[in-house]
Amino acid sequence: MRAVLTVIGKDRVGIIAGVSQKLATLQVNIVDVTQTIMQENFTMMMMCDLPEKADFAGIKKSLNSVGEALGVQIRIQREDIFTAMHEI
Amino acid sequence: MQTNQILETMRMIDEENLDIRTITMGISLLDCIDADIDRACSKIYDKVTTKAKDLVKVAETIETEYGIPIIHKRISVTPISIIAAATPDTDYVKFAQILDKAARIVGVNFIGGFTALAQKGYQKGDRILINSIPEALAVTDYVCSSVNVGSSKAGINMDAVQDMGEIVKQTAAKSTLGPAKLVVFANAVEDNPFMAGAFHGVGEADVVINVGISGPGVVKRALEKVKGQPFDVVAETVKKTAFKITRVGQMVGKLASEQLQVPFGIVDLSLAPTPKVGDSVARILEEMGLEQVGTHGTTAALALLNDAVKKGGVMACNQVGGLSGAFIPVSEDEGMIAGVRSGSLNLEKLEAMTAVCSVGLDMIAIPGDTSATTIAAMIADEAAIGMINNKTTAVRVIPAKGKKVGDQVEFGGLLGTSPIMAVNPASSAEFIGRGGHIPAPIHSFKN
Repeated sequence: MRAVLTVIGKDRVGIIAGVSQKLATLQVNIVDVTQTIMQENFTMMMMCDLPEKADFAGIKKSLNSVGEALGVQIRIQREDIFTAMHEI
Repeated sequence: MQTNQILETMRMIDEENLDIRTITMGISLLDCIDADIDRACSKIYDKVTTKAKDLVKVAETIETEYGIPIIHKRISVTPISIIAAATPDTDYVKFAQILDKAARIVGVNFIGGFTALAQKGYQKGDRILINSIPEALAVTDYVCSSVNVGSSKAGINMDAVQDMGEIVKQTAAKSTLGPAKLVVFANAVEDNPFMAGAFHGVGEADVVINVGISGPGVVKRALEKVKGQPFDVVAETVKKTAFKITRVGQMVGKLASEQLQVPFGIVDLSLAPTPKVGDSVARILEEMGLEQVGTHGTTAALALLNDAVKKGGVMACNQVGGLSGAFIPVSEDEGMIAGVRSGSLNLEKLEAMTAVCSVGLDMIAIPGDTSATTIAAMIADEAAIGMINNKTTAVRVIPAKGKKVGDQVEFGGLLGTSPIMAVNPASSAEFIGRGGHIPAPIHSFKN
């Protein structure tokens, strides 16, 4: 299943490393990444592939704790909500 | 997928309070009819708890995976006056209690359908149900009740209007929150997912999923970006925003319907406010250039908003239904409350607004000593607006015990807070005392 992962927060060393390491242990494949600094905020978006029957709630929880440790907000949502809203 | 589109969706949810107001499962109880009240109740309990057992779980999974809050999970059932009429009983509180128990077990926020449809006359069950409402709403937590007293096709049942004035008073005497769970309709719709007026019409499928969207904050924010521009631009902006909001509703409904293996009914394109700052319909009207909601121009602003929301939403989903429009409850809308407090918004203006939007006099607290006939006359006025304009109208007023104009009443949660509003002190008693029937209007004869 496809999901969009967004990371927003104050820039610091090791955000990408921390997030991608966690994704690797969760068996989540990164398909695409964009990253920029917007209004002094580190903003990263990743398109991810989750294994079929993945425990979405569990993955979300693990990512939340990584986010807390890194001082950023991490969010993961299935891709369909974005395509539903922006594509006809 | 564009980065800015992803951020826009996230901003709508995080900052502008975009949410799905409700996933409502409609369940037919026609196969639960039984001449024995206890047998009927046990069939109802079994059917509701079986059909809706996964409703809350599925809704919560969708919330987690898609990151969109689903505020309420609800159930609507066939009007109980029809189901209960087969029993010889003269009190239907037992039915309300079994619905309450079933709602508690499956974990939903409300169950609607303690309902009578009496627009043309009373069948046996209607009168008994209506008389059971005050007690039923006092002894239950989750049950919502509605009574349809008029329609464009049938006219207005003025006996029912008279009775409902009394029933609203009695309901208020028995419990503070009771009247907030009771709606009197004209042209009630059979697939409405919103409470307190949801019930599952007899023409509906056995079980169905309906979705009610929300998102006044998103529309307000979109209009902030077109400040000072002509109304064509305003209408276009509302349409585009409503389209996006509704697409999410359509997606959620489709997912819920697939996962629950229940047919998807409709999306109700309503802008439903909450008392939270940034979630107000009144503030959208003010954003169009009104200093305070209730002033001259409010009705026109609301008419534009209501229409543009529908136009944007219709293309975004397969089937539109329910009430579909802007809601203007007072206690549930922070901007409306401010309008009443400042003296800019009064009952008369609200009545005019109900002629151009989706519901009626909604969540309005009135002095506790307002007479039953005055309440009945308010119902008659709203029913007349609905009947003549071929639209749904409703009255949900709360006579607040011991309170007078200027006082305030707290309902808590989504129901909010309301200043007590002034009602016209001149009597309507003789008018209401006539009873009988107001015939259907000439333009209803379309065959």
